[in-house]
Amino acid sequence: MTKQMTRQSGFGRWWRRRGRFVFSHGVLAFLALTMLAPFLWMVLASFKPLVEVEELNPFPSKWQPVNYLQVFREIPFARYYFNSLFVAGWVTFLQCLTSAMAAYAFARLRWKWRDHVFRLYLATLMIPGVVTMIPNYTLMVKLHLLDSYQGLIIPAAFTAFGTFLLRQFMLTIPRSLDEAAQMDGATHWQVFWDVILPLTRPGLITLAIFTFMGNYRSFFWPLVMIKSQHLRTLPVGMLYFDSIYGRQTNLLMAATVMNIVPLIILFVVTQKFLIKGIQLGAVKG
Amino acid sequence: MSWKTRRLRGHEGAAAMAFLLPNFLGFLVFTIGPVFFSLVASFSNWNLQRTIPFQWIGLENYAKLFHDPDFWLYFVNTGYLMLGLPVAIGGSLVLALLLNRDLRGIVAYRTLFYLPTFTSGVALLILWKALYNPDFGPVNVVINWFLDSLGVNRLVAILTGRELSAPQWLLSTRNLLGIGVEQVRIVAKQWGLGARDAIIIMGIWVAIGGNNMLLYLAGLSNIPQELLEAAQIDGAGRWATFRHVTWPQLAPTTFFIVVMSFIGGLQGGFEQARVMTGGGPAGTTTTLTYYIYTKAFEEFDIGYSCSIAWVLFIIIFVVTLINWKFGSRELNY
Repeated sequence: MTKQMTRQSGFGRWWRRRGRFVFSHGVLAFLALTMLAPFLWMVLASFKPLVEVEELNPFPSKWQPVNYLQVFREIPFARYYFNSLFVAGWVTFLQCLTSAMAAYAFARLRWKWRDHVFRLYLATLMIPGVVTMIPNYTLMVKLHLLDSYQGLIIPAAFTAFGTFLLRQFMLTIPRSLDEAAQMDGATHWQVFWDVILPLTRPGLITLAIFTFMGNYRSFFWPLVMIKSQHLRTLPVGMLYFDSIYGRQTNLLMAATVMNIVPLIILFVVTQKFLIKGIQLGAVKG
Repeated sequence: MSWKTRRLRGHEGAAAMAFLLPNFLGFLVFTIGPVFFSLVASFSNWNLQRTIPFQWIGLENYAKLFHDPDFWLYFVNTGYLMLGLPVAIGGSLVLALLLNRDLRGIVAYRTLFYLPTFTSGVALLILWKALYNPDFGPVNVVINWFLDSLGVNRLVAILTGRELSAPQWLLSTRNLLGIGVEQVRIVAKQWGLGARDAIIIMGIWVAIGGNNMLLYLAGLSNIPQELLEAAQIDGAGRWATFRHVTWPQLAPTTFFIVVMSFIGGLQGGFEQARVMTGGGPAGTTTTLTYYIYTKAFEEFDIGYSCSIAWVLFIIIFVVTLINWKFGSRELNY
C-alpha cells in the first residue's frame, strides 16, 4: 500500500531512480573516509615538521619530504627492509614447495594411513602458536640457530595450512590428466611438476601471498629470535625505533608509511587471488 | 585386489613417502614434537636461567596457576578485549549488506575497507599509539577542540557543574565496565575510557572490513535468488526479508565467524601489549599470550609458561570440538 503511494509522488520516482544510488554512495563514502582517516593522518604527519604534528590542521604548512631520508639516517632501515624481504621470500619459496609436494601425496597418490595422517595435519591447525613457540625457541637455542637467518626461515618453512589449501586445489583437477601422463610413461615427479603444479597455480599464488604477508609482518618469532641489530626484520626494527625515537612522531610516521607501502602494492596487484583464498580457506570448518 | 593394482599401490606408497617427507619432517620437528614437548615441560620447573635445579613437579604448575591472581586478572583482560568481537562481527555484516549490490565502484569500497586488515601489524600499532597520545595525538586534539572550541564543556559545566576532559587512552586503567585495578570487581571511579577500550576500538577498526566481511559477502552471494524473490512476492519488507531469509541463510557463516573470532580472541592481545602498552597500565592490557611471553622470555620460567599455554590450548580445543559438533562441515563457497 505504502509502496504504491510513494510510487505516485515525484520524490518516490526520483528516489527509486537516483536517490538510492546517491544515498548508498553517500553512506559508503562516509564509512570509507572514516576507515581511511588514520591513514591520511599518517601520510600527512609524515611530511610535517615535528612541531606541527600536534596541530588540529592535518595539513603541513611546509611539506618536508626530507623526513623520509632522515629515517634512513637514524636507523638502518634499508637493512631491515632487506631482512624482511629476504626472510619472507625464502619462507614463501620453501613453504610453497614443501606444501605442494605434500599436497600431491595427499591428493593424488594412494597409500596406507593417508587419511589418518591428513587428519593429523588438520587437527594441528587449531594448536595456538604460543604452545609450539616456546619449545621451538629452546630447540633453536640447542641448535645454535638463535640470532640467525636460518633460525627465522627454517621453522616457518613447513605448514599444515599450506598443505591443506593446496590439497583442496589439487582435488579439483580431473584425474584423467595424470592418468594420461602416466600412460605416456611419465614419472610421478614429471606428473607433479609438468601436469599438476601448473594447474595448481591459482592455489600456489594464494598461498604465496598469504605466506609472504604473514611472514613480512610476523613479530613474535623474530622478536624472541633476533638479538643483533643487523638481523632485525621491519616489525622488530620498528619496535626499537619507536622506543628510542618515539617522540619524533613525524619520522615514526614516515617509517610506518614505508613499512605499509609494500603491503598495499602487493594487495592491489593480487586482490583477486587473495579474496578467493580467504573464502576458500573458510571451508576447512 | 589384482596383482597389478597391488604393485601400483606399493609403487605409489614409495613415491608418496618421497613427496611427503620434506614437509612431514618439518611438521614433526616444529609442530608435533613441540606440542608434546611443551606438555612434558609443563610438568617441570624448567627455568632457562638455571638458578633453580631442574625437577619434575607433576601438576604443581597447574595448581599454582589456579591460585595465581595474576592469571585470573589476565584471563579477565583477555575476555574484556573480546567484548569488541560482537561489534566487529555485526559491523562486518552491515558492511557486507551495504556492499552486496550492483553499484559502480563497489570494488573500490571493498578494497578501502579491507586496507586496515591487510596492513595490520606492528606498523599500524605504532600508528595508533601516536593517534591515542593523550597530549599530542589527533584523537584527543579533535576531542579537545570539540569540548573547548565548540563550547560543549561550557554547556556541560552549566548543567552538571563539572567539566569533561579527554580520555587518557593507553595511559588509563579506566574502562567502560568500571572493572577495578588488580581486582575483579566494579568500581565506580574506574568508569571511563582507558587502555583496554582503546585497544578494542582499534581492533574493531582493523577487523570490520576484513576477512569476516569477505566471508559474509560470499555467504550473501550464495543465497538462492528464488528465496529472496519468493519473500518479495509474499510482500515481505526489507527487514522481514533479512530477518526470515537472509539471516537464517547466513547462519553457518555467522557460526564459523563467531567460533574463529573467539579462538583468535583467546590468543590475542600480544602485539598490542608488547608494542603499545607494555601490558600496562597496572597490567590492565596484559592478555594470556602476553603473560606467557613475559613468563617465558623475561622470567625464563619455561615450565610455568608452558602450563599456561596448555590451559589456553585446552580451552581452544573445547571450542573447536563444539565447532565440529555443531558447525556445518562445508560452507559451500
